[in-house]
Order: sequence, then C-alpha cells, then structure tokens
Amino acid sequence: MSATRIRPKKKGRILYRRPLSLVDRATHFCPGCGHGTTHKLIAEVLDTLKIREKTIGVAPVGCAVMAYYYLNCDISEAAHGRTPAVATGIKRCLPDRIVFSYQGDGDLAAIGMAETIHAANRGENITVIFVNNSVYGMTGGQMAPTTLNGQKTATSPCGRDSRSMGTPIRICELLNTLDSPWHIERVALNSPAGIRKARKALLVAFKGQMEGKGYSLIEILSPCPVHMRLSPRDAVRFITEGMIPAFPLGVFRKEGKPVA
Amino acid sequence: MKAKPYSLRIDRNRCKGCELCVSVCPRQVLDLSEEINPLGYHFARVTNPSHCIGCMNCSDMCPDAAIEIQKRLIRHA
Repeated sequence: MSATRIRPKKKGRILYRRPLSLVDRATHFCPGCGHGTTHKLIAEVLDTLKIREKTIGVAPVGCAVMAYYYLNCDISEAAHGRTPAVATGIKRCLPDRIVFSYQGDGDLAAIGMAETIHAANRGENITVIFVNNSVYGMTGGQMAPTTLNGQKTATSPCGRDSRSMGTPIRICELLNTLDSPWHIERVALNSPAGIRKARKALLVAFKGQMEGKGYSLIEILSPCPVHMRLSPRDAVRFITEGMIPAFPLGVFRKEGKPVA
Repeated sequence: MKAKPYSLRIDRNRCKGCELCVSVCPRQVLDLSEEINPLGYHFARVTNPSHCIGCMNCSDMCPDAAIEIQKRLIRHA
C-alpha cells in the first residue's frame, strides 16, 4: 500500500481536502464514475468518525472490486454476491469492528439477492452500501435487474421490455417489508446537494452500527457515463430525469420503523 | 487589486476531465484546459480565482477528490 498523503499545516482554514482514508493514487474508474465519489464519501465518513483503524470493508465483484487499492482500511474480497455473508462472518467474529459491504447492482440485486435479503432479515449489525447505476458496468454494459424500462443496454438493444424482461427491482422498498432492518435510505449523486445528503446518510448508517443498532442499507443512485452512453454531465442529468422517478429518493426506514 | 479569499487547487495529474466541477460551479471559476495531462485528459483549471465563493460544489462533485479548497486569512490594514 502506498503511504497516505499527509500535508504540512498551512496558513488559513482548509474547507476541503482529499480525505486521509483515501489512498493517494489515481483510480481506474472512467471519468465521471459514481464509484469514485462513493469511495470519497466513505473515506470522509471514516475520517469524521475516526474509525479507519477498526473498519473492515468487504468488496464485491464488479467495478468496485479494487476498493482495497483506494480505501485505506482493511478490505476483504468476497465471491460474487456473497458480500453480506462474508460481512456477517467478520462481524460475528469481531463484534467491535465496523464492517461494511460495498456492492453494485449486479452484485447485490442479481446474484446476491438471497444473501442480501437474509442478512437484512437476520438484522446483522453491518452497513451495506449499494451503488445502483442501472447497468452492469464492468462486464460491458449489459442489462441489470435495476435497468429502467426502455433503457438501451448491450443485451437489451431495443430497450428493456417489461413484458419479457420484467421491471426494475426497487431494493429499498423490497427490504422495507422485513421487520429487522434498522435504517434504509436512498440517495443520489446527481448534484452537490445530493452528495451532501449521501454523506449524511452514510454517517447515520455508520454511527448506528457503532451503537449496535443493526442492519443499515444505503442505496446510492450513481452515474455510469460510459454504459449509459452519455457524457458525464448528461449522465448526471439522466439520474435526475430518468432514475429518480423510477427509484424515489428518501428515508424508508428510520430507527427500525418504516417511514410512512 | 481584488481580494481572493479562497484558494482553489486542482491536482492536474489526477483530473480525468469529466467536467462535473465546471457544470456545478455557480460563478464560472473553472474551465477545461486545452492541454493534456499524463492520463490523457483535458484537465480542469482555475480561470477566474477571484470569483470563487467557497461553496464547495466542485470539491463535493469531483469523483477523483482532486480539488482542494482553502480559505485564506486576510489581514485588513
């Protein structure tokens, strides 16, 4: 691991600088990718709560598979979709550590659906960060369970047809039918305001885990400019105009109770 | 001379030229350079530093955490 950048103190107040929990190296993500922003937000939250030394992340299969290169905390790698199961094991063995799983929509909503639902139903004291960009990014932009109706992908070249391919799965609403989860929230990386809300949501989730409250899931609507076939600016606009109507934002469960 | 209370620094070797910072700046402080950085992208640069109001929109939006904002201490005579 390369060393974290530590700069000498300068005159004046620093309003923003690269978080210390983020390793000083360029990411492999495409320009405008939401994974970079999400990594940055996680690093900021780890810095704010001063829990970097006792945090263990579990990385998925997908674009975020190399989270261990970029986040300066302990990271384990799990088989495709089995991230909540591995996180459960780590948390039960080491209950004093902060454990989070970082998953994309192909990992969490497709192959890992069973693990996701059962970890939530058991009310494991872990934080799941779900990056939803509505396509399979790493493998070349194929259709995901969360692809919007009519959205063109590599495997739905005429647009997703709900009669034969189903409709996008809303994970937050789905998990909100269970009794055990403690906090479920959906945020979007479509504007600076949205990013600040996402940071706040992550802070709530990690704080809840530190207090032993239970399972929390933060869904982050994120741009994938390359596979949405848009420029980074238009991908952000696509989140606002296309994804948010299909995936309404907000807190679905607060303090263990559904929000009406 | 105009006072410049905020100093904005962009790590040009890390910028991938996604233009998100340019799109969210309310004061047109930023611009994309015509030069190319070692990654092969037109990096963002600060063109109107005196217009910066320190809103932190660009640093929040940057996916590569390449922007650093500092508020300067200004002594009034």
